[in-house]
Amino acid sequence: MNNEAVKVKSVREPLFHVVKRTEIVWWKAWLIRAAAIVAALVATGLLSFIVLKKSPFFVYSSIFSGIFGSSRRILMFLRSTAILLLISLAVTPAFKMRFWNTGAEGQVLVGAFASVFCMYYLGGKVPDGILIPIMFVVSLAAGAVWAGIPAVFRAKWKTNETLFTLMMNYIAIQLVLYTIKIWRPTGTGKLEALPYGNLPQIAGGDFWLSVIVAVIVTALVYVYLKYSKQGYEISVVGESENTARYIGIDVKKVIIRTLLISGALCGLAGFMLAAGIDHTVSDETVGGMGFTAILVSWLAKFDPIAMVFVSALVTFLQQGTGQLMTDCGIANSFFSDIVIGIMFFFIIGCEFFITYKLKFRKSDKKEKDK
Amino acid sequence: MIVGFLSSAIRLSATFLYGSTGEIITEKSGHLNLGVPGIMSVGAALGCLCEYYLLKSIGTSVPFLLILLPLLVTFAGGALMGLLYSFLTVSLRANQNVTGLAMTTFGVGLAGYLINSIKAQMAIITRASKYYTTLFPFADKLGWFGEIFLSHGILVYLAIAVAIVAQIVLNKTRIGLNLRAVGENPATADAVGINVTLYRYAATCIGCGISSIGGLFCIMDYMGGNWEYILEVFGWLSIALVIFTLWRPALSILGSIIFGALYIASSYISGITFAQIELIRMLPYVVTIVVLIITSIINSRETQPPANLGLNYFREDR
Repeated sequence: MNNEAVKVKSVREPLFHVVKRTEIVWWKAWLIRAAAIVAALVATGLLSFIVLKKSPFFVYSSIFSGIFGSSRRILMFLRSTAILLLISLAVTPAFKMRFWNTGAEGQVLVGAFASVFCMYYLGGKVPDGILIPIMFVVSLAAGAVWAGIPAVFRAKWKTNETLFTLMMNYIAIQLVLYTIKIWRPTGTGKLEALPYGNLPQIAGGDFWLSVIVAVIVTALVYVYLKYSKQGYEISVVGESENTARYIGIDVKKVIIRTLLISGALCGLAGFMLAAGIDHTVSDETVGGMGFTAILVSWLAKFDPIAMVFVSALVTFLQQGTGQLMTDCGIANSFFSDIVIGIMFFFIIGCEFFITYKLKFRKSDKKEKDK
Repeated sequence: MIVGFLSSAIRLSATFLYGSTGEIITEKSGHLNLGVPGIMSVGAALGCLCEYYLLKSIGTSVPFLLILLPLLVTFAGGALMGLLYSFLTVSLRANQNVTGLAMTTFGVGLAGYLINSIKAQMAIITRASKYYTTLFPFADKLGWFGEIFLSHGILVYLAIAVAIVAQIVLNKTRIGLNLRAVGENPATADAVGINVTLYRYAATCIGCGISSIGGLFCIMDYMGGNWEYILEVFGWLSIALVIFTLWRPALSILGSIIFGALYIASSYISGITFAQIELIRMLPYVVTIVVLIITSIINSRETQPPANLGLNYFREDR
């Protein structure tokens, strides 16, 4: 579909032109989004069919079996969804304020790193009952600091936060690599799983705790953004800094405070990864989830409840296509990135049809509603 | 030692120079494209694929084609990614940052998949690398001067030429003036009859095409034809370099060399531990942050990004 209406120069009225919708019923908006997701899934099936030369039935059943094939896979799916959801929730307050925090990756990583740091130096010297709370606090603080530094500069001098936070990711990665090489100067350069400060397992696995934490944080973020005074201030600053200033909001304070919260939540996600799941840290601990979370948060329109579904969808694709690759005997994870990318393009593109509608030339013929 | 260091820095700088020149052109139209890492990866992967099939079909009989065809394929691949980006942001008015990040996810995945499909016989393309890495046969005879300035492959000189041309076009021609107007204030540009949509599409496609050559150079010349997953980092650094050089392609020539030098510095300092190497690798990122902070504190009009950077234009919006 091509809406180059603005480009046509001839006197003839263009085939269609674009009009902004005044409003759209909520179910219609979600119907459009659902249609986009279905279209993306069909495109995925087609692509798999062309590339892998397998029947669509095989492709979809393989993807589904990747999630529902065994109870362990379901638990893995829940855990991955929970972690992605946690990071998506963490970046949301900042984005709602139009602060483009591309540094979630680094903020989660320093959170995980801080936990492992405590495990490494205090593990065995203090009991886990004391160690874990220390790790918790230090992780949150580390995440908050990592997000707070760019926030201070953004608030004071309007330093470009997108690139600042992006660079902080790589500084975090180098910091982790540096420390691990000090701890383990020889060998593979990897830190083995540490036996201290591991979070207790619930029902025999590390799955449920992440889920519980994610549910609690979802509720907290929802209430914070929707019903608290600070949440209101965030949306006002996001709409217009000038308006915010005019009604007496201290914009600088709001920016820094919001980013400290955002960073601390990222730190929490890092804590869950390090203390609850990996028990170690490496430069691949976060594995791009920080960037995916930005897209999840945005696609969910910063709504914590919608975020649950979007992160589930992304995890579904990731894990499902991973299984598909295994079933086809191809050992790489790149295909799932392609599929997730296609899904993002479709959802990003469909927003257009929610905000705008196309009016065709013979407008009495029919108004296209999609 | 120092000669080798400078020579390597200049060689690596071409990756950053293509990346940042392309991104400057894109940003001048008002598009903050965070998809550069993905675009560079896709471009490089397509270029390598082209190289691979060329070597399989015609071998090394026509060295000239071994550079030209992959170069064109890479450019076309990058431009196609730019077309996708422009379609989403200009025609469908999608958020630029989100679109860019999705492009990066998609591009890195696509590149990885493409490369993986020929992985087993990938080594064949190292045979074409020597045509990329040398241009002047007499460079060795000119001592240090030859090694620093003349020992590079054709793509290094092309990068500098592209940056200079971009600088001239942006600042001295009508097209450049129009493009800057589109990036600064699209509504005004539209009012005087500049086709905003066309300029944004064209600048983004050309910019992405140029950026993607950086990927091809990195793999075929700098890495000697060995695929490594480092393009993502180089892509992000190229975006950072745009700010570092204050949106000036000519300044970017120098900036790229500095970034190249910082990136390889750890290999040229003797007697340091592996841990310290990781610490030195932090430098390019720290330096970028410092420059970001300094330019934002100075806050003069000359050092600012295009006023409409990151914003989409819809004529009927008020």
